[in-house]
Amino acid sequence: MKKIAVIGAGPAGIEAASALAIQNMEVLLFEKSSNTLTNILDKAFLFPDFSLANDMVDKLNKKLLHQNITLHVGTEIVDIKQEGHEWKIIDKKGMSYIVAAVLLSTGYTPFDAKRKEELGYGIYNGVLTSLDLEKMIKYNHIENSMGEKPKRIVFLQCVGSRDEKSGNNYCSKICCVTAVKQAIEVKKLLPDTEVYIFYMDLRMWGQSFEEMYRESQEKYDVCYVRGRISEAAATFDKKIQFKAEDTLVGLPLKMNTDLLVLMVGMEASCGTKQLAEKLSIKGEYGFAQSLHIHLQDNETTSKGLFIAGSCKRPMGINETIADARSAALAVIEHLNANLSSNENVINKK
Amino acid sequence: MGKYYWNEYQKTIADDNYFYERSCIRQTFFPGSETAFLRIIKEVLGKNIYDEENQHTCTGIGYHTDVVPLETTMTVVARLFSLMKDAGYENYVPSCVTSFGVFSEMIEIWNHQPETLEKTREYLRKATGREFDIPKNLVHPSDIIYKFRHELKEKMKYSLVNRFTGKPLQIVEHIGCHYAKIFPEKGVGKAEFPHVLAGMIESWGGEVLDYPERRHCCGFGFRHYLVQENRGYSIANTKKKFESMEPFEPDFIVANCPGCAMFMDKWQYTIAEIENKTYDKDGYGIPVLTYEEMAGLLLGYDPWELGLQLHQIQSEILLDKIGIPYNPKEKYKGASGKILPKPERPNHLLV
Repeated sequence: MKKIAVIGAGPAGIEAASALAIQNMEVLLFEKSSNTLTNILDKAFLFPDFSLANDMVDKLNKKLLHQNITLHVGTEIVDIKQEGHEWKIIDKKGMSYIVAAVLLSTGYTPFDAKRKEELGYGIYNGVLTSLDLEKMIKYNHIENSMGEKPKRIVFLQCVGSRDEKSGNNYCSKICCVTAVKQAIEVKKLLPDTEVYIFYMDLRMWGQSFEEMYRESQEKYDVCYVRGRISEAAATFDKKIQFKAEDTLVGLPLKMNTDLLVLMVGMEASCGTKQLAEKLSIKGEYGFAQSLHIHLQDNETTSKGLFIAGSCKRPMGINETIADARSAALAVIEHLNANLSSNENVINKK
Repeated sequence: MGKYYWNEYQKTIADDNYFYERSCIRQTFFPGSETAFLRIIKEVLGKNIYDEENQHTCTGIGYHTDVVPLETTMTVVARLFSLMKDAGYENYVPSCVTSFGVFSEMIEIWNHQPETLEKTREYLRKATGREFDIPKNLVHPSDIIYKFRHELKEKMKYSLVNRFTGKPLQIVEHIGCHYAKIFPEKGVGKAEFPHVLAGMIESWGGEVLDYPERRHCCGFGFRHYLVQENRGYSIANTKKKFESMEPFEPDFIVANCPGCAMFMDKWQYTIAEIENKTYDKDGYGIPVLTYEEMAGLLLGYDPWELGLQLHQIQSEILLDKIGIPYNPKEKYKGASGKILPKPERPNHLLV
């Protein structure tokens, strides 16, 4: 049985491991954290169907019960070396593993909103990230810095995305629809709370996204303002005052809100950056670079080294799952090709 | 709230041997500030600082109002640097935040465009026959006071504590826009949460007030002020700041920019005349100090020698809170010893 190393037990890693295991491959799945699916664990609902994130976590984790999968949590891979047709994986404790192929699914890390000093995250209690709000929604406990139900919540899109100042010119893709989703969730929980979303342009690219956007306005009265917020500060009564420009009206504005939610983008995770660098597959912004974005999007310049999920670029869970299955197929094709070339060599002998 | 960013970014500030350049306007509005700075550097810290007598404008105000062309500003700046070179110094310390911004900008242009630097050298040579070096260290005097704030604290007689309540004074710090907003990395603490004045306040016993319009312009904004028809914009900016800080009841404001300290002081009179409104509880206005005045007062310098009587908002209430003694009879005593006439009383603002 061929042995494959999958590095990173997020949705991409688990889905690919499962697909490989079903195809009779032995999978060693490594996860740096003590838990799998760390980026989904605190999520309440998933877009666009508002399905429970916990269900997704349970279903994915169940796939790990396959007998061909060995999960190593709390195991950080620090080095990967190609040795002939095989790969040597070394973890932080110095343990090494020999495998036939490696699949990198080291994922993303949320943008650290503290880097946008002017928005006051980590300084003013009323400034949250989308991750903080998601936790509040999950536990049905949305409150302002005074412990009261917020009368107004304002979302700001593109924090750490499409932003030259933070060094990220790319779009993180999922923030627009996440804000729409969270705005609806807030309105379901707190119907009397005013909800505003400040955006540059809304990218409703996925199935049902546009409908969600429309519903948020028609059914939930979410108000959209085209413009970026330039700065935020706390007022005397512990609200958040911010300044922005309404670019449709063409006027600057100043507003107060109980909560300012920063829709943080996705950056290549630390593991992605380090391993992509080591393996010479580092692409733009530290993400891993595939061989061909259209035709070989799971393959890399090194044969036997594959990539899947948001270690390549920002993507949502459904895309990630599809990409992981595609990566598993690429791994199988590679191993089959190796097998037949080995058989040819044997036959010739 | 945890304002941990305020300490995060530091810059290189030379230890000693400074070449000092005075401001065009500070000696009129805050006549004791620059002298106090020189005294602090020489007498309290025992450092070497050179006060060049042939210095001149940096062209800052003219430059920012498009009256003086860039090439002229560069050449004038180059001449100032040539004075530093002749005096044998490498650490340039301009008293004015606008000058600090102008010098930072010119150096940045020269660093990016060596051909422009060569042209400037040529212009200076042709105009004056002089040569110049780019300073090794360019800092604002407030950076130096910040750097030595702990050493100064040990020599201070007073602290920023209300002696009647025992609580820290509540202080608004206002940083000149050209200190860090143009080149954030050139300011202690960068642009959003500059630590240069906050560090002094915290070290000397006070508390910094973080009010919503903290970052907002003081209202100077060269063109807004210099074109008379635009002065409504100027005072509207200042009013916005005062309205924002009013609920926090600041004991005083401290600034590191000539324009900021002047406008936040003088416009309080104008707003009181226009609207019969002051932003303190008692109608006296909120005192505005320069950081040299703040440091000088705590070191025990005489308030009238520091020139506090020449501010629009009078400082006796603040002096009483800190416990600094002053002689009311000598408030308007001139350098000759003669008592000068008292200024006219405003209609609304109490003095």
